[in-house]
Parts: sequence; structure tokens; C-alpha cells
Amino acid sequence: MAGSGKAHIQGGEDVVLHVEDLVVEYRTAGNQKVQAVSGISLDLIKGETLAIVGESGCGKSTFGKAVMQIVAPKSGSVVFQGSDLMKSTKEELRQLRPKMQMIFQDPVSSLDPRFTVSKIVKEPLEIWSRGSDSEQESKIDELLNSVGLEPALVRERHAYEFSGGQCQRISIARALALDPEILICDEPVSALDVSVQAQILNLLQDMKDQYGLTMIFISHDLAVVKAVSTRVMVMYLGKVCEIGNPTDLYKNPRHHYTSALISAIPVPDPEFSISAQIIDGDPPSPTNPPSGCRFRTRCPAATELCAAEEPQLREMGGGNYVACHHPRD
Amino acid sequence: MSELLRVSNLDVRFDTARGLLHAVKDVSFNLEPGESLGIVGESGSGKTVLSRATMGLLTMSTAKKSGSVVLNDVEITKLSRSELRSKWGTEMAIVFQDPMTALNPVRRIGDQIAEGPRVRLGMSKKDAKQRAIELLKMVQIAEPEKVLKKFPLQLSGGMRQRVMIAIAIACNPKILFADEPTTALDVTVQAQILGLISSLRKQLNMSLILVTHDLGVVAGHTDKIAVMYAGEIVEMAPTKELFSNVRMPYTEALLNSIPRITNQSGIRLPVIEGRLPDPTLPQNGCGFSARCKYATEKCHTERPQLVDGGNGHMYRCFFPLGVNK
Repeated sequence: MAGSGKAHIQGGEDVVLHVEDLVVEYRTAGNQKVQAVSGISLDLIKGETLAIVGESGCGKSTFGKAVMQIVAPKSGSVVFQGSDLMKSTKEELRQLRPKMQMIFQDPVSSLDPRFTVSKIVKEPLEIWSRGSDSEQESKIDELLNSVGLEPALVRERHAYEFSGGQCQRISIARALALDPEILICDEPVSALDVSVQAQILNLLQDMKDQYGLTMIFISHDLAVVKAVSTRVMVMYLGKVCEIGNPTDLYKNPRHHYTSALISAIPVPDPEFSISAQIIDGDPPSPTNPPSGCRFRTRCPAATELCAAEEPQLREMGGGNYVACHHPRD
Repeated sequence: MSELLRVSNLDVRFDTARGLLHAVKDVSFNLEPGESLGIVGESGSGKTVLSRATMGLLTMSTAKKSGSVVLNDVEITKLSRSELRSKWGTEMAIVFQDPMTALNPVRRIGDQIAEGPRVRLGMSKKDAKQRAIELLKMVQIAEPEKVLKKFPLQLSGGMRQRVMIAIAIACNPKILFADEPTTALDVTVQAQILGLISSLRKQLNMSLILVTHDLGVVAGHTDKIAVMYAGEIVEMAPTKELFSNVRMPYTEALLNSIPRITNQSGIRLPVIEGRLPDPTLPQNGCGFSARCKYATEKCHTERPQLVDGGNGHMYRCFFPLGVNK
């Protein structure tokens, strides 16, 4: 898996963001190179929620940050509204950033502890001089209302006075302040309780409809992803395994890794027998990834071909693509 | 079967700046040898405080405890600190949520595993090392001799949690407490670790208390489940009974809010509106009544007691689901 290829790139007018051959490389303390994202291509279609799923270390967060140019990719291109962000100057990037916003995993630490809630939500409006002061103030109220917070009660309080779920609502309000086109959510509910998690997922859906957002939703939890996504991309060690619509991908995963991920989800039913398909071990070190398909060392179907040749993404019908030499039926 | 652990009327309050915080309210349960109990609840429901109080780990002066914990006919709450210490490791051991902060970052894995057998079981250095190797094999770590010499930061999260488990079972405890043991781990590793804990429990005939917020995690790995809300046990039943006949509206709401892969895409998930009640305020009526869609006037003013509905199924609700009154 963990293959390369661009078979899934379709182009067209409704492509909001076009990513091609994106490579992000880090250097470790021992001065080794690690390719956290290793040649990923992607078209983000207007109005979709693309989920990116994988284990820790698969490069899903790095991908999100590289798209935003928060980390500098080594090579490739990220085209947004006709400009290649990787070739843009700092000022050009700054002008584009309001249209691409991000929400982070830890809602408490991603809010300034010294700011009041109104200041947190107002800051982007001030930086970009959006409207008069009174217009900004009413925008703050509108945003807080739409994320389910009562402006009068929360405006003058600080982030630490709120629960994790409420902080995540504040983060969402801040991210929406500048009317972005793309919202990148990096594990937005992983730090939350299951009951609060459902509230935030529903809120994100509402915000998407209300503000006409296109979303990238990064998560390690396939069950969470199922609820919110319109397309799912499964990553492993910096490569794409499989990409497709959630209905097919969950019912009939073609990649052995996707299938292993699905069977590892705990099922709240004691009668459900745990599938024998649990994969062993940890992902191999990204400093020295396996040759060919990167998943082959843990894959039940691996053959010599998998070690020799890297599988490319190919279409399996219905807009679903898999990078595997021996896909599941 | 003889009883291994009996917790009766355990109550814990913390003296805080905001007033007395009632974390655990009059909790009772028991555990038989080899049995596994899941304690489930949201953050702030008191599940962690309950497990710490049961082990005698709440030693801070701000914690006000009452009630009794009897382990193998010994009243734990009356023991001196040194007597209590002798129970840790040999009778009760714990695996924590975050294996990075729970392990000592500057000591080698081998020394950390050998510490228990050296101190508690009086093993020689050589025997303790052998024991450490044996334990690493039991938790399915490959090349245990190599891993002994490593430091925690050289291991992955899953490996560290295996080491934590090895340390916990090193002195053959009767009860293993596992407090959110897989919450910090990936889903694939979570499945491995849960499988490992279950198989060790059977192999060593240990009892297990598995504390988690995830009903999915306890479903496949426990004999019985206690659901906690606002410091109280609100429902307790054998695992199969609980899942097939949910009585408590809170448990139902918790189950419904779990995202499932069988859900349709793009649907709205059922949510539990509102939040846990403030634990520093006195509670009138049922703690869940403010968020319960079935609540009546009675629920807001009278406190329901834990009642036995048959089949070992206890619940704290005036209007239990599926029961005609």
C-alpha cells in the first residue's frame, strides 16, 4: 500500500484544492530523513468532507499542516484558487490563509489562556479589518450563537473556564470568523467524551451546511469518520492505501489495512465475537520503510511482488481506488 | 465462589476551593476471583476516583473517605500506610492510561519491571532479571533481552503499555486495575492490548477492574459492568444482561451516542444534551434528571435508590426502560 499514483485525480471545475505529489520530510535527531508524507496527490471537491484516516505516525496530521503550509513540504504542489501555495510569497500566502482555516485536537491549549472568548473570536476580524467595531461585535455574537454558546454568558470569560467540548465550540467559532472555504479539522473530537463528541460532530455538520464549507477531517477513528465524511482516504506510513466513498469502503474494504482497521474497532455488543483479523505489532519505522508496499510486513496477503514493486492506486469501480497488488474481493 | 473484594458504601469527598466536591457517592460492589468488572462513565463521573479509593491510593489530606473495602477478608481502609503498601503489586496492581508518564523516563525497562519482584517478593537480582524476561514474553514482546536494556522513550505507545502490564502483573496480583488502559492508543493497538489483558486474566486467574469511558471497550472484555454518573453507580448488571436489557436512560443515551461504522454517512448522531451536574452542589432528585428525556417531576425532586430488578440487574431509576409499572 501505501502506494502512489494519481488515478483518482479527476480535475474539473469543482476542485477547490489540488494537491500533487506532496512530500514532507523531517529530519530526526540522528539526522536521518523521515518522509512523513510520501508523494500524496488529491483533489478536494467543493462541498465534500474528505476524511483522512490512519494510525499515529501515518502522516495524516502532517498532510493537513502541509496543505496549510504550516510545515513546508519538500516537493509537490498545492494549488488553491489558481495559486500554487508552494510557490507563493509569504504575503500571498497570508492573503490566502483566511480562506483555509484549521481546528486542532486539543481545544484548550489551542486557545490563548489570557484572552477572553470575545477577544479570541474577534482577533481574526481585527487582523483583517473586517467591518467596523460594532459590525465585528455583532459578528462575534452571530458566531457564538451558531456554535451553540450564549454570547452574553461566555463573551467575557476565559478558555480555562470551559469544558473541552465548549472550548472546541469556541475554536470552531474562531475558525469560521473569516468565512473560510476550506476547514481542516485535525482530530477535533479525539480529546472529548463520547457524549460530547457526538455534539461536536453534529455541530460541524451544521456549520458545513450553514457556511458552505469544504472540509478535511483528520481522525484515527473510522467510526467517527463514517458519520461525517463523504469521502475517505486511508493512509499508512505516508502513503495512500485506499480512497473512496464511505459506504463502499466500510462495507467492502478492498485494502487489507482498511479491513484490519475496521475490525479493530470495539463494538458495543458482548455477543460480537472479536474478529481474528487483528493485525500484530506496530507500524514499522518510517525512517526505514519497507520496500514496495509499505504495509506488506503486517499484511496477511503479502507476496514477493509486494516487496518488489510499489502498488499504484487503481480504480476499483464506483469512484473507489486502492493501492494494492492483491486487493480483497 | 468466595468473594475476593467487597466495596461497601464507599464515599469520597474532596475539599476544594469551590467547596466540598462529592466525587464518589455511596458506592458498593463486589468481585469474585477471576471475575472482570467494567466501570464506565464520562469524564468527571468519578470512575477513576472510585478505583483509586478502592486501591487505597487516595492519600492526600483533602480527600475525605468513608465506607469499607474488604480484600480477602482484610479491611483495607483500616490498614497503616506500610501495611497497605505491601498489598500493592502482590494483591492489587494498576495499569494507567498514559504509559509514557507512568513509566520512569530515566530508568531502563528491565530495572522498572524487576523492582516489584525484588522489593515485594525478595528475589535476587539475577532471579528478578529472569522474571522480567519471562514477563516480557508473557506480554508478547519480541526479543525481551534487548528490550530490558531500553528506555521508555525508545518504545512505541503500544510497547510501553505492554511494559506497564508486565510491571503490574510482576508479583501475581489478585486484582488488576486498568484505568483507561487503551485510551491513548491507536485502534489497532487498542485491540491488541485488550486481547492481551483478557488472556492474561484467564491465564493467571486474576480479577480485572477495567475503567473506561467506552462501552465498546468493556463489551467484549468484562463479566459485569457498573455504569457511573455523577459519582453514583446508576446501573450494574452482568455484561450480556446490560446490553440486552438496558434499564437506565443514561446508559441508553451513552450507547446511542457512540458513533458506529454501521451508521449511515452524514446522519446526525443522537446526543446527550447538557452536562454533568456540578459536584460541589447538593443534589436533589436523580443526578441525570436534567438531561433525561423521560424525566418527570418526581425525578427532579426525589432521589432514586439502586434497586435490584432481578438477574443481578441493579438500576437507579424510577422509570426504568423496558419495565412496565
